[in-house]
Amino acid sequence: MSIDTTSELGMPQLRTGVEGVPTFDGPQTGKDYTSDQEVRWCPGCGDYAVLKAVQSFLPQLGLRRENIVFVSGIGCSSRFPYYLDTYGMHSIHGRAPSIATGIAAAREDLSVWVVTGDGDALSIGGNHLIHALRRNVNMTILLFNNRIYGLTKGQYSPTSETGKVTKSTPMGSLDHPFNPVSLALGAEASFVARTIDSDRKHLTAVLSAAAAHRGTSLVEIYQNCPIFNDGAFDAIKDNDTKADAIIPLVHGEPILFGAEGERCLVRDTESGGVKVALVADVGADAVLVHDAHNPDPTMAFAISRLTELGYLKQSPIGIFRQVERPTYDDQARAQIAQAQEAATGEPAERLAALIGGGDTWTVA
Amino acid sequence: MFQFWTYRRYDDSSEPNRQWQIKEWARVVSDQIPEAGAKQVKQLDRVIIRFAGDSGDGMQLTGDRFTQESAAFGNDLVTLPNFPAEIRAPQGTLPGVSSFQVHFADHDILTAGDAPDVLVAMNPAALKANLGDLPKGAAIIVDTHDFTARNLTKAGYAANPLDSLGDAGSALGEFAVHPLDLTGMTVEAVKEFGLSRKDAARAKNMFALGLLSWMYGRPTETTIDFLKKRFAKVEDIRDANITAFKAGWNFGETTETFVVQYEVKPAPMSPGTYRNISGNLALAYGLVAGSVQSGLDILLGTYPITPASDILHELSKHKSFGITTFQAEDEIAGVGAAIGAAFAGKLGITSTSGPGIALKSEAIGLAVMTELPLIVIDVQRGGPSTGLPTKTEQADLLQAMFGRNGEAPVPIVAPQSPGDCFDAAVEAIRIAVTYRTPVMLLSDGYLANGSEPWRIPDLANLPAIDPNFATEYNHGEGKDAEFWPYLRDEETLARPWAIPGTAGLEHRIGGLEKGDGHGNISYDPANHDLMVRTRQAKIDGIAESLPPLEVDDPSGRAKVLVIGWGSTYGPIGAGCRRVRKAGHQVAQVHLRHLNPFPKDLGEILGRYDKVLVPEMNLGQLSLLLRGKYLVDAVGYNQVRGLPLKAADLAEAIGALVAEAEGIDPEQVQADLTSTPAEEV
Repeated sequence: MSIDTTSELGMPQLRTGVEGVPTFDGPQTGKDYTSDQEVRWCPGCGDYAVLKAVQSFLPQLGLRRENIVFVSGIGCSSRFPYYLDTYGMHSIHGRAPSIATGIAAAREDLSVWVVTGDGDALSIGGNHLIHALRRNVNMTILLFNNRIYGLTKGQYSPTSETGKVTKSTPMGSLDHPFNPVSLALGAEASFVARTIDSDRKHLTAVLSAAAAHRGTSLVEIYQNCPIFNDGAFDAIKDNDTKADAIIPLVHGEPILFGAEGERCLVRDTESGGVKVALVADVGADAVLVHDAHNPDPTMAFAISRLTELGYLKQSPIGIFRQVERPTYDDQARAQIAQAQEAATGEPAERLAALIGGGDTWTVA
Repeated sequence: MFQFWTYRRYDDSSEPNRQWQIKEWARVVSDQIPEAGAKQVKQLDRVIIRFAGDSGDGMQLTGDRFTQESAAFGNDLVTLPNFPAEIRAPQGTLPGVSSFQVHFADHDILTAGDAPDVLVAMNPAALKANLGDLPKGAAIIVDTHDFTARNLTKAGYAANPLDSLGDAGSALGEFAVHPLDLTGMTVEAVKEFGLSRKDAARAKNMFALGLLSWMYGRPTETTIDFLKKRFAKVEDIRDANITAFKAGWNFGETTETFVVQYEVKPAPMSPGTYRNISGNLALAYGLVAGSVQSGLDILLGTYPITPASDILHELSKHKSFGITTFQAEDEIAGVGAAIGAAFAGKLGITSTSGPGIALKSEAIGLAVMTELPLIVIDVQRGGPSTGLPTKTEQADLLQAMFGRNGEAPVPIVAPQSPGDCFDAAVEAIRIAVTYRTPVMLLSDGYLANGSEPWRIPDLANLPAIDPNFATEYNHGEGKDAEFWPYLRDEETLARPWAIPGTAGLEHRIGGLEKGDGHGNISYDPANHDLMVRTRQAKIDGIAESLPPLEVDDPSGRAKVLVIGWGSTYGPIGAGCRRVRKAGHQVAQVHLRHLNPFPKDLGEILGRYDKVLVPEMNLGQLSLLLRGKYLVDAVGYNQVRGLPLKAADLAEAIGALVAEAEGIDPEQVQADLTSTPAEEV
């Protein structure tokens, strides 16, 4: 089995993110990716659904299990690597992208994954995230966004809505939240997507496209915290409301939503951005057709601004952007290969020549 | 030998303060130019020259070229660059003064010298900033060109000190001052190349170098070759610099200002091939050597910082050795990438200075917990906070030792001279790879930028370093066989290094406490106590692999031991020599390993009545020695951003010797004063 790079999301065949990683021809199941460690998230945590989806998705990659590495930071979601029977590192708060950068730069034969959360990636680790994205290191970052600090017991996070009342903000939080997708697009990430913990099919399709993408793939996963922020995503999960709340993005398709597909996105000539309209009002020709491969991230950014910053009544879901751009690690390896081609002799001989270079003199 | 040089008349007499110079110049051109070697040649066994100028005047380059010439000539030498943190501090001001001191000798020397015999000052600020360091009788060669009212004011001179030369009470009365219009002569000499006046004047440092090269009989080929290469693409600049250099030489040979040429003969050195090397370069080469010895490709994750950046610059040139240099977004990402690379089976290295270590501390703790090999280079500078970025200090020892949360022991290795940075780097890699641990390599600004002749080592003598990657299950039998990432080697207590891509050994590590052996997360109190003690025991056990200390106690009768670490080796050694030369006994030992200490250190300390610990901090090694060995260590501490001075150390050692031996301290100081200083 190999990765499906022409997924239902309409992605084209690019040089894949797993090229260079040894493949495994035998059968694999989710069980092969399940470690012997007891999973210790709170009952009802959205992390379970994501873990199950990842465990059942990984066999589809058809890779040798020992060539997959998961790196995480600190937070509830960062326990993830312990539950996967791959190589893994549960590192320190916010730093997973930098550690994963070292791994990816060191080894082309590894499939590198980062598991992080809204606090880990956007607060303490914000710097590493944006720099990984701009460098385009070949790795996939799964950003679990529950819009709250869970592990430290319920303080507001950098994605929490303004005015949120928490233990640390009894009169309401004052911070303006980050929109992770907007942030990633601003950093010119080459792959930016958003999905939902409870939609296994969509989640798997996005993971598949992200793994297939060569470069840094950022996947924001809306994830419910039943203890400290329960119901944060109800509007986009509830059968009664989700048709109006989710703006589905599929490359090459007109962006339509609502129970009858009566709502759509159109250009907003007034603001220069994008707005929601009724198809009946604007006509089918005016409906925006999603182009994830547009080299210019402006339109993707405009779409990302339709994400509700307060209670999540509306959010675009899908792959916002996927463009091909050389990766940092491939280019670093190419420079080394070029230098090595130009060099002659064994390393020890070249070392002797190096340290014996410059102006020398001999004492008999 | 140079071709005969034809001077043209210097005709720029627009500035009054140059009047004297024109007279001088006129005499030079009108006189018969003497035959080479016609001047008197005086033998010296050692000379200390300090080149000082504005930070844009090229003093570092001038000093470096003079050093290379002296190295090629075969002198022993030690250098001390000293420059401001500002790249171009306001021109002509005291903070903008940059200097380069070189001490060269016909015998083995240990320091860059306490006080310059010759000061070359390119402007009023350079004169003023360095005057206080000069001993009575020192020679001063000063470029008068910039002694304008404006520059004198900038340097804080109310009047031109050169105007009162020869007057009673002149500020320069104690010195042999040679005022010369170096700039004017340079501009005149390079006239034919049609450069702008500004570009022409920039070659004045080469004129000064040429003059000093003549004065000390330095070989000139290396500098001319260097200039040819350096300015290969700009012919007029190249020719102007070479011309200025030669003009400086010829000026020395023809002018009557200098009647004596000096000779400092080559120093006897043990057989071998030598080169001049700075600490940062030697350190970078040592890292490459450790990589070759271990077969592990380097990933350097780093962030630019003074005075460590040259390590990044150097390694980035050597990609053919499989070296990846990752200039990260910050210090933390630098060490993070190095840890990631280490997990992936590479030689992870991060390089920085004290402020960077502070930022990396948490990540170093992660490397302690995950027990991954990692090299952490701290090229120390003056602190705290931003401190003195371009000055040297040894005040990060306790940060290296204890600057992490929890019980997080890290081995510490410190080089003692620029060339020794090579061996120290190899040693750090040996320890890191063998014991699966982060290792702190503590260099400093003096070592980093200072240089010395270095005997190019025979690579066959370097230690073998075996990564010894785990490839198989290590626990249980048959069906129950599995891999335990924290099952240790009995001798070294190192855990197995199983790298991704190794089938069957998939495992997870991280910052949470590990269960002994199996390595799963454990909150068990007894396990935590065991693991804390085990990590400590692993680091302590490194002492088993260390050679015995070499105690330098020539008479065997010394009652005072001087113990140091790092770059103070030179000054301490020179101070001890001086005390011995004055007829007294003192022993010296220098530590390469600060954690763990060598096994015989306690016994050695116990042999002496008094222990003196000179450091460029407020007593950090003293604290460690007192804590571990209950020894009454006496500190000698200076934190001036500069290397310790041998003469001051000799005095401090002498005082302690007097106390230990019950001799009159004044007698000891008198012995020191009456002893010529040339041995150091």
